[in-house]
Amino acid sequence: MPTITLQQFMFGAIALVILGSAILVATLRNIFHCLLFLALSFLGVAGVYLLLSADFLAAVQVLVYIGAITVLMMFALMMTHRVMTTDISQSLTQWWLAPLPIALGIFAVLFRVYVRHGGQALVDTKHHAVPTTGIIGQALLTRYMLPFELASILLLVAMVGAIILAKEDKSDDPA
Amino acid sequence: MQITLTGIIRLVFERLHIPANWVAPTVMLVASVIVLFFILFVVLYLIYGLRKIMGWIQARIGPNRVGPYGLAQTIADALKLLAKEDIMPAMADKWPFIIAPIIVFVPAYMVYLVIPFGKGGSWVAQDLSIGVLYISAILSIPIIGIITAGWASNNKWSLLGSFRAAAQLVSYEVPLALAMIPPVMLAGSMSLQGIVHAQQGVWFGIFPKWFLATQILGFAIYMMAALAESNLIPFDIMEAESELVAGFNTEYSGMKFALFFLAEFAGMFTVSAIAATLFLGGWLPIHPALSFIPPVFWFLGKTLVLIFVLMWIRSTLPRVRVDQLMSFGWKVLIPLALLNIVWTGAVVLFFPR
Repeated sequence: MPTITLQQFMFGAIALVILGSAILVATLRNIFHCLLFLALSFLGVAGVYLLLSADFLAAVQVLVYIGAITVLMMFALMMTHRVMTTDISQSLTQWWLAPLPIALGIFAVLFRVYVRHGGQALVDTKHHAVPTTGIIGQALLTRYMLPFELASILLLVAMVGAIILAKEDKSDDPA
Repeated sequence: MQITLTGIIRLVFERLHIPANWVAPTVMLVASVIVLFFILFVVLYLIYGLRKIMGWIQARIGPNRVGPYGLAQTIADALKLLAKEDIMPAMADKWPFIIAPIIVFVPAYMVYLVIPFGKGGSWVAQDLSIGVLYISAILSIPIIGIITAGWASNNKWSLLGSFRAAAQLVSYEVPLALAMIPPVMLAGSMSLQGIVHAQQGVWFGIFPKWFLATQILGFAIYMMAALAESNLIPFDIMEAESELVAGFNTEYSGMKFALFFLAEFAGMFTVSAIAATLFLGGWLPIHPALSFIPPVFWFLGKTLVLIFVLMWIRSTLPRVRVDQLMSFGWKVLIPLALLNIVWTGAVVLFFPR
């Protein structure tokens, strides 16, 4: 019987948390409960990053996905009174096939990466973690400068757009 | 030889013939229990201190009945709180109602992992290389607990309170994080011990090389955002008694209420400790000539001075209005914090260490 390492055990446990809470997010009828499980799922992903020695990414995952995105969704939820009080079914019976191509597509990409690296681990997790912050910073400002700048411009445009949409239109007559 | 927790436990385990690979987990467990008791102790006497200081500032005496100088007052209050009935509102959403105080307390406790109480590895539970980022990430989690508490209580005061809380915490988290960036830039490290070490030395033989020297603006922004994050007056609109009964924790009683209270006061110590570390040189003495006083006293002393300032502000100022709070955060603090980052960039560029 093959022995499993602590790391493999932890991965299994975390994967179970992520998948379990993701299933609950998609099936529970109370949308606030869904959000709580969504946060748990995000936390699990941060755990996977930690297992891969990506400490910076794990912290950013918590900061952005739990601290910002989940909170934003909760905020939006509290403003929509009707959704909050009723239990809604989430399944649309005629659309059950739609997630299938998406799932297959993600699987194809992951499988391609797996084959390309000959089934070898992409990240060295055997040794002690090295601080990744400096490496990520160097990479973003040298090799990946263009994508980094493009992403910043995209975010800026989205922000300006959101402000324009939310701003009162003063030129119109008060109706 | 320096006596460390790891050393003691290793020695005990050798004598008892317990395998050596049990040492590390035991050290973690013992350290976390020590930190928990430290938090409980600190919170008990912060509450006492707050009531006394507020009393003096408002020309009252404050608690003075239980024990000498009323020193046992908060212990009695805590026991009373534990003995109280734990009420669950009939229309509450059961399990979110129960986990909400836990979501609020656990991150407040987890932050203590990286706080450097003194020099060297045995005075900090784990000196993470991403320390500052870890703090901002962990401190963003309690908002979920507060919203959950307000929502699960099924009470309009609670919901309004948590609605305000979410808005306030999200807005003030941004200047708080932006004010934590300049010390990281100056030190070239996100580890809290690294930041303290970068502040060693004196200018002209007198002035300590603390980051406060170039970061007066950053320090002020940090303290204002910290006041808002630990929801103290003037930024306590989320539990404004005269408007909202008690805000998001209106329906909570007994142990669950105690957890919210614990998290709030633990947070007050945390933000002050981080301010002391980032801007006031952490456990470093004011002048190397004073280094005969152990580092941990310097650290606790600086932290307590900052806590006193927070309490002083709390007992002096009136509460701000919701819209004033929002516009101050977004239109004043955030632009100033960004400006401060640019200024720090200039400092790093023209005066490299």
